[in-house]
Amino acid sequence: MSVVADDVALARTRRPLLRTANIAIAIVVVAFALLPLLLKSYGTYLCTLFCVTLMATYGLNLTVGYAGQMSLGQAAFYGIGAYIAAIALKAGISFYLVLPVAAIVCFVVGLLIGFPALRVQHHYLAFATLGFNILVYLVMRNEEKITGGTYGISGVPRPTLFGLSLDGVLAFFWFTLAATLILIALLGWLLRSPWGRAFAALRDNPIRAESLGINITVYTLLAFAIGAACAGIAGVFFAALVQFVEPAPFHFAASLMMLLAIIVGGSGRFFGPVIGTVVIVLLPEWLRFMQNWYLAIFGFAVVALMIWLPGGVLSIPERFALGKVRR
Amino acid sequence: MGELLQLIVSGTAAGAIYALAALGFTLLWQASGTINFAQGEFVMVPAFIMLFCMSAGAPLWLAFLATCVIAMLLLGVLFKRIVVDPLIRHGVIPLVIASLGLSIGLKQLMRAGYSAQAFPFPSPFPSGHFAIAGAAISYADVGTLLFAAIIVLGLQAFLERTVTGRAMQAVAQNTDAARVLGIDVRRMVLYTFLINAVLAVVAALLVTPAYLAKFDMGDSIGPKAFFAAIIGGFNQTRGALLGGVLIGVLENVVGFYVSPAYKEGVALILFLVVILVRPEGLLGKAEERKV
Repeated sequence: MSVVADDVALARTRRPLLRTANIAIAIVVVAFALLPLLLKSYGTYLCTLFCVTLMATYGLNLTVGYAGQMSLGQAAFYGIGAYIAAIALKAGISFYLVLPVAAIVCFVVGLLIGFPALRVQHHYLAFATLGFNILVYLVMRNEEKITGGTYGISGVPRPTLFGLSLDGVLAFFWFTLAATLILIALLGWLLRSPWGRAFAALRDNPIRAESLGINITVYTLLAFAIGAACAGIAGVFFAALVQFVEPAPFHFAASLMMLLAIIVGGSGRFFGPVIGTVVIVLLPEWLRFMQNWYLAIFGFAVVALMIWLPGGVLSIPERFALGKVRR
Repeated sequence: MGELLQLIVSGTAAGAIYALAALGFTLLWQASGTINFAQGEFVMVPAFIMLFCMSAGAPLWLAFLATCVIAMLLLGVLFKRIVVDPLIRHGVIPLVIASLGLSIGLKQLMRAGYSAQAFPFPSPFPSGHFAIAGAAISYADVGTLLFAAIIVLGLQAFLERTVTGRAMQAVAQNTDAARVLGIDVRRMVLYTFLINAVLAVVAALLVTPAYLAKFDMGDSIGPKAFFAAIIGGFNQTRGALLGGVLIGVLENVVGFYVSPAYKEGVALILFLVVILVRPEGLLGKAEERKV
């Protein structure tokens, strides 16, 4: 059966599904928002960390899933945001000023790293971001006067909202969750705009997109830089959540985990990062008894996933549906 | 003057090791379009296999030869059959992701299943130094350079003087034309994977005495192999050599005169400069875009 017929069949099954899906999403979000009421403070911390990581992985999904580029440096931007926040918040600068500044800095740095790489060949971005992450990590570790070296920066203050303190774990969780939802909604809006649809066009068929007048390099570069800015914002929340910033969470290995999270969830799927972030943030905590074996299994599972299910976890129902139509 | 010479010699020796890893990386890319992000782990695994062989009582040379055979099976044949063959049809990205997964898997398997510690590794060369023009040159550096040079020259001779080698080059240059000429492309690609495995074992033998055998030793070698390959020219075998040596020497010079803390950043800076000024690499030829 032709691809068009597949699409029609999918669209037909999708329309009523869409409303159910929206309701389901709303229920999941509300349930997640109420979940920490049942948890101890460590559980709440993990839920907050999940939200923070989600901001970074959603940004990365723009780069990887929609612009079709490999970025191995998301943790570097995450770290830049966190260090800017740690230094500025300790100096007494307002959280609400630090947030856009970190985003803009990461955006600009993203342009500077992405430009030379994307000008050549698109998979060079993977190498450039990999090296960039190594370099940023070295700066964090070695520039003790600014970053505190391996001792890091401690005592980062949490922000207030309309005069209300967000020092409590629950209050900060809800604050972070709200920010995450706003960021995700903004990205959703961006992807639905004509400007965002160009992203999908260039991923699916770059040469056709170019012949339709889309400047591939500019769009890819912007997708990458916006993704980097999201990581910067995530970093600011991370600094405020942990209240302590050191180089370790921003190692290249963290970038790799974020990239693989996107792939595991299903790259280019709007809710892919949610699944992927569960796998890299929450699952290791539940499976703590497995210790380092978790990562070993995770690594080989990614290889197996690429071989048997390259579309990621979220492609399972679709595969199922297509199988039915084909029959 | 003496110290500069010393830095250049030891940098060239380190660079020769990067070049070996980069060479394997380039050969894989040319022959099969495989970008192997697990190249660093492909050096780490043989280092440990050699250690296991030696702890079983084998002398270093025997451990090296046995590891070459094991690596050819494990990192050559199995890697190709299980990971590369099913994925290569889908383009570059799925294979890149799979090799990233493999890199995490191998590293963490070694950490969880064996040890997170660093193990000393015997040097195949005598210790000590000799003096030339006021520079203290270590025997290990000279031995590394000689050994790497023999391997590289041997490989070049194989690729250029033998029928099989020329067939492999033909596959690398134009797979379809090679197939039309009756070359067994699959077999040539397999040979490339075997050569990559052996190059990784040699790199492991030469680098581990200085780096120590540790589950994450590939984190440092892997990226340098990629950068060396790109700096020299991704589609040129000689490029990998030039790129490797250039990184090795500059790292040493920067580490000594500028800051040892930023030694690891040299490869990236060089990479960014090269792709800005000469995107095809120092020795590379510009490739036409395939539509």
